[in-house]
Amino acid sequence: MSDPVSNSTSAEGNLSNRRAQIDGLIAESAFDEASRRLSTLWRRDPATGTASFVTSRVEQLREKVALTKFRLAILRSFTVEPIVPLLRAEAFAYGIDLEVHVGDFDTYVQDMLDGESSLYRFEPDAVVMAVRTDRAAPELWRDFADYTPEAAQQAAERVVKGYGQGIAAFRKHSQAALILHSLERPSAAALGILDDQSETGQSGLIRQINRELRRVATEFRGVYSLDYDALVARHGSRQWHDERKWLTTRLPIAAAYVLEMAREWVRFIVPLSGRTVKVLAVDLDNTLWGGVIGEDGMSGIKVGTEYPGAAYQALQRALLDLSRKGILLAVSSKNNPDDAMEALEKHPGMLVRAKHFAALRINWTDKSQNLREIADELNVGIDALAFLDDNPFEREMVRAALPEVTVIDLPGNPLEYASAVRNCAGFERLTLSAEDQQRTEMYAAQKQRSGAEQNFQSKEDFFRFLEQEAELEPVSAMTLARVAQLTQKTNQFNLTTRRYTEPQVAEMAKLPHWHIFSIKLRDRFGDHGLVGVAITHDEGEQCEVDTFLLSCRVIGRTVETALLAHLAESAAQRGCKHLVGWFLPTKKNAPARDFYQQHGFERREANGLGSLWSLDLQRSAVRCPDWIKLNLKHSNSTTEVRAGRKE
Amino acid sequence: MTESTFDQVRSIASDIFGIPADKVTAESSPETIENWDSMQHLNLVLAIEEKFALQLEPEDIEQMKNIGAVAALVEKLQSAAR
Repeated sequence: MSDPVSNSTSAEGNLSNRRAQIDGLIAESAFDEASRRLSTLWRRDPATGTASFVTSRVEQLREKVALTKFRLAILRSFTVEPIVPLLRAEAFAYGIDLEVHVGDFDTYVQDMLDGESSLYRFEPDAVVMAVRTDRAAPELWRDFADYTPEAAQQAAERVVKGYGQGIAAFRKHSQAALILHSLERPSAAALGILDDQSETGQSGLIRQINRELRRVATEFRGVYSLDYDALVARHGSRQWHDERKWLTTRLPIAAAYVLEMAREWVRFIVPLSGRTVKVLAVDLDNTLWGGVIGEDGMSGIKVGTEYPGAAYQALQRALLDLSRKGILLAVSSKNNPDDAMEALEKHPGMLVRAKHFAALRINWTDKSQNLREIADELNVGIDALAFLDDNPFEREMVRAALPEVTVIDLPGNPLEYASAVRNCAGFERLTLSAEDQQRTEMYAAQKQRSGAEQNFQSKEDFFRFLEQEAELEPVSAMTLARVAQLTQKTNQFNLTTRRYTEPQVAEMAKLPHWHIFSIKLRDRFGDHGLVGVAITHDEGEQCEVDTFLLSCRVIGRTVETALLAHLAESAAQRGCKHLVGWFLPTKKNAPARDFYQQHGFERREANGLGSLWSLDLQRSAVRCPDWIKLNLKHSNSTTEVRAGRKE
Repeated sequence: MTESTFDQVRSIASDIFGIPADKVTAESSPETIENWDSMQHLNLVLAIEEKFALQLEPEDIEQMKNIGAVAALVEKLQSAAR
């Protein structure tokens, strides 16, 4: 926390007025506005008292506003209760309604081993294992000097083995994500500077355990490491710890840093719950560079290796790091396009260039209008956008017009810009697919395609020109991560919007009569990667489509028909007489609404949730468009998934 | 004029115990506030430390028997730090 010291008087008065206003809005049933104000209140004053207020009001709002529900269990060896309200308030600011279960002190081993424990009855989406070194590896903590090097080494090995067994048992009972705290090193080694002179000192052994834990984690699906040792180091061990609190209440963390613990957990919860940002739109003047290009000119703007330009280079480096994680960059700037483009393309100090931006809006139009256009052009929802601008006025305008957008509050000092971007949990990812790493290039190819489309008389001519080639294959260990990711991220062309984690997909792939297909697409402009998923299961003579989705960047070029044609054909080959599927409408999946009808399905029933469609496979079929070359890749998916990693 | 320490402590207590600020008095204590259990007491301690950038000793925490005592403690520690 940058400034734990009290706020000024006027802010104080404002804050209590704000609480009254929020309660007034709730009383008037203005829930969306109340929810926005509550978020703002939290951003302005993220403190323990505010957290209590926010969580109590979230209780009143949770069923009235659109929040993503998420269940987190915390297994622990220390007092975490005061962290929980801060955690729930911070999650709320990211649009997540977080329910938290806290395990008893030091019962994490029993909780993991016992399939009937309160941990599993809670049915968590994710579990944090917040265990400290003094508990996990007592030999390596206070009394280290009492042990021989051999005994200490054995203790380290025993710790890793214990974690491995705990995780294996956990995976038997739960598909939830598991987040392991790494073990922290003591702030003062028992043997002083002698400790670091060997690999088997106190620090060396704890580092060894952490390395091994990371290795064990990668052997299982959905098990992740949280570098607690690095988190403590980032804030400074002496600041982070409060020995008085530890001895009296078993809370090891000082009051000013409890929030940082909560934030670190939220960095995992946001990507796990799918509330991620896909596109970051940035301003140019005084954001990407110092100064105003239209006034200061090429030689006047500040960006380079020296101060003050170095602050802007640091921000640009942070943006390039996001782009490597698959987050698209866009420009939203009030400028003359020629001036801005010259700086983007030619200024010697720039690290980010025009080619790194998937969409450019350099004009004098209102920024919220530009953001809407950027979302349209890149085929993402408004809620997948983040906005970066040094001007508080622009930020408030965007917040008011487009409350779904993640608006990053830039601090006054440009030296802090880069960390403001890096600290935004919306940009966190837990896995990276090949598609993520190449996304910027793919969008560049997409721009060429859109240009080409305009030169054709008919859609068919354009489709033929594209020379699309699709590859269909059962899910495998290679594609599992991407398949799960698509079920979590795809909103528009998604018939049922069922979200699955990696372990859940792996589990389904093993079930008899279930089939999981993925489709990859390439065309004359480049490779789109894995863009579609279909999951079906046979019930007697009927094959039901559980999931059918397509990444938004390939909607409307008939790949969906090719995929459906394959489902129908393979179901018929297995002896099924009907292919059926639900369409479950959401706010966003209108593009998929008429899909079954357009392909000759008849509506069989409808209820409050959606409609069930059916195709008689004995009388009709779905034809694969002749302009798509469809390759079937056969592989025994289940064995590959099984062999890929331990269960 | 700065807001008095008591008022600041009162608004923290109002948030943490979930009662309107005008219902919190100097005499409010675990006997009069239903929610004031040991866990909320820890939250109150953390909120006070955070707000006034203090670190309270276990002996200080024992003195926090009602809201008036909390405000007096904060003022004492602040003037000692000056």
